[in-house]
Amino acid sequence: MAEFKTNPEIVQPENVVYKRTELLTPKDLSYCPGCGHGTAHRIIMEVIEEMGIQSETIAVAPVGCSVLAYEFMNVDIQQASHGRAPAVATAIKRLFPEKFVFTYQGDGDLAAIGTAETIHACNRGENMTIFFINNGIYGMTGGQMAPTTLPGMKSSTSPYGRDVATMGNPLKMTELVATLPGTIYVTRQAVHTPSAVRKAKKAVRKAFENQKLNKGLSFVEIVSNCNSGWKMTPLQSNEWMVDNMFPFYPIGDIKVNDDK
Amino acid sequence: MKELRLMKGNEAFAEACIRAGADGYFGYPITPQSEVMEYLMAQKTHERTGMVTLQAESEIAAINMVYGGAGCGKRVLTSSSSPGISLKQEGISYIAGAELPCLILNVVRGGPGLGTIQPSQSDYFQSTKGGGHGDYKLIVLAPASVQEMADFAGLGFELAFKYRNPVLILSDGAIGQMMEKVELDVQKPRFTMEEIRKNTPWATIGKTPDREHNIITSLDLESIKMERHNQELQKKYRSIEENEVRYEKISCEDAEYAFVAYGTSARICQKAIEIARAEGIKVGLMRPITLFPFPKKLIKEMTSRVKGILCVEMSAGQMIEDVQLAVEGRIPVEHFGRYGGIVHSPSEIVDALKKQIIGG
Repeated sequence: MAEFKTNPEIVQPENVVYKRTELLTPKDLSYCPGCGHGTAHRIIMEVIEEMGIQSETIAVAPVGCSVLAYEFMNVDIQQASHGRAPAVATAIKRLFPEKFVFTYQGDGDLAAIGTAETIHACNRGENMTIFFINNGIYGMTGGQMAPTTLPGMKSSTSPYGRDVATMGNPLKMTELVATLPGTIYVTRQAVHTPSAVRKAKKAVRKAFENQKLNKGLSFVEIVSNCNSGWKMTPLQSNEWMVDNMFPFYPIGDIKVNDDK
Repeated sequence: MKELRLMKGNEAFAEACIRAGADGYFGYPITPQSEVMEYLMAQKTHERTGMVTLQAESEIAAINMVYGGAGCGKRVLTSSSSPGISLKQEGISYIAGAELPCLILNVVRGGPGLGTIQPSQSDYFQSTKGGGHGDYKLIVLAPASVQEMADFAGLGFELAFKYRNPVLILSDGAIGQMMEKVELDVQKPRFTMEEIRKNTPWATIGKTPDREHNIITSLDLESIKMERHNQELQKKYRSIEENEVRYEKISCEDAEYAFVAYGTSARICQKAIEIARAEGIKVGLMRPITLFPFPKKLIKEMTSRVKGILCVEMSAGQMIEDVQLAVEGRIPVEHFGRYGGIVHSPSEIVDALKKQIIGG
């Protein structure tokens, strides 16, 4: 194996153009190589670092692939039961109105078992942020059909493809919560290209800045890939996502209420 | 100075929670306990002490709000009645697993299913044997008066924080709804940020540079660590059994027979004792106040002095199993129950004592 040598003359603070945020712990991520979760984690933690609000932030992790988010996000964090993160976060924010509170949830957690908690936290206009990672599948339990699985899409519990006549239609939770008066900012982003990452990070920043305004709930969906669950290579899965997920879940702001 | 008032059990509990320095109540309406949230809302708790009172979208959301608040080192509570408490069980298991302090009030009604809105004691197993999934215990306090509904608010929070464990107040529809004289404690201040930082260093209140980030979780995928966690929990439950047994003995000094009963049943047994003693039957009452930890040793000791025990419960016979375990077959133990929302009459308890224990 080739031996890597670093040149101490180059490794100087003034030459640093990029470094891993210290708000991610040094632990290895538990996500599959190629998965979008790692990037989503990174941009959220970078925004918290850039805003200087680590000591003011309390996060809530879900059940699902990101159940171990608390191992990686270097903020005070609670692990919620399946679907209940918005309820857990509601209490934290009500008890500490001056803190920054966010949940990080997948599609099964947020759009199936936690539908009631999601809708009611949004409808009450809790002054917090919900991050919603939508990859159209239950990743952690091994690729079962999610509420967001596309029509015709195969999963371990829809092995012949999602038949909407018997299995129902995919749920566009983000469009749904945008209709509620309690949400002030609802957007759908992605993290599959550098430009998408930059836009998504702006959305994350806006969602946190909104908490300072005390105006309502910010909801940021990130459409992401699940190369393992979709049984594709990472590259194939990103291409498939662009060709199939984006037409159904179009990227962009859905509701921006800056002057509410 | 203490304040004297005439109140419903549910209202006395709510008022006592405010005075105990509660930070948050999260609930969902269900008969016969809705007065708890109604009272807190009418009191404008947020203006009065800064306490948050929030009507949740479901019992499930409410107990998870309690999880969130408890994880922040705050004094938080919920209340419900039997079907609603069943819905909360997953959340209670998480709270027990994550070792968070909180207060839960169950104003029991008859079941199973939607059952009835009348008082019952049919949730004893659920309350004392776990209720949700996994090996865990709640500290269970059983009030028998409106006064104890008030007293157990403060005591409940104290025990919850002492052991980092959920405390369940197992009341019933009669005690929740009836009005009695109650002496209320003076207002206790809510925790300051400094107190939270000092007394609950594990709480998620924002990571500061002087410590690692705090994590509230009940998960560990490494079985060996999870076994160790369970061993620690069991150690804690044993220590609760050693130190926190509470009970009341009434007319036991010369008793030849004993009732064992808690809550409303214990109140009725007191009248039954009067009737029986007027007839010359020497009977006393052992009233467990903590159902977990159960006063096993004391009941075992009673077997050397009394000839038989009648367990009086508004259930088909649940607490009797703990009594039988304590008695170890030394003396006869019988059950006399009314259920489905029916409350015993004192005279039928005396009849049952004669028939089932004395052998009439």
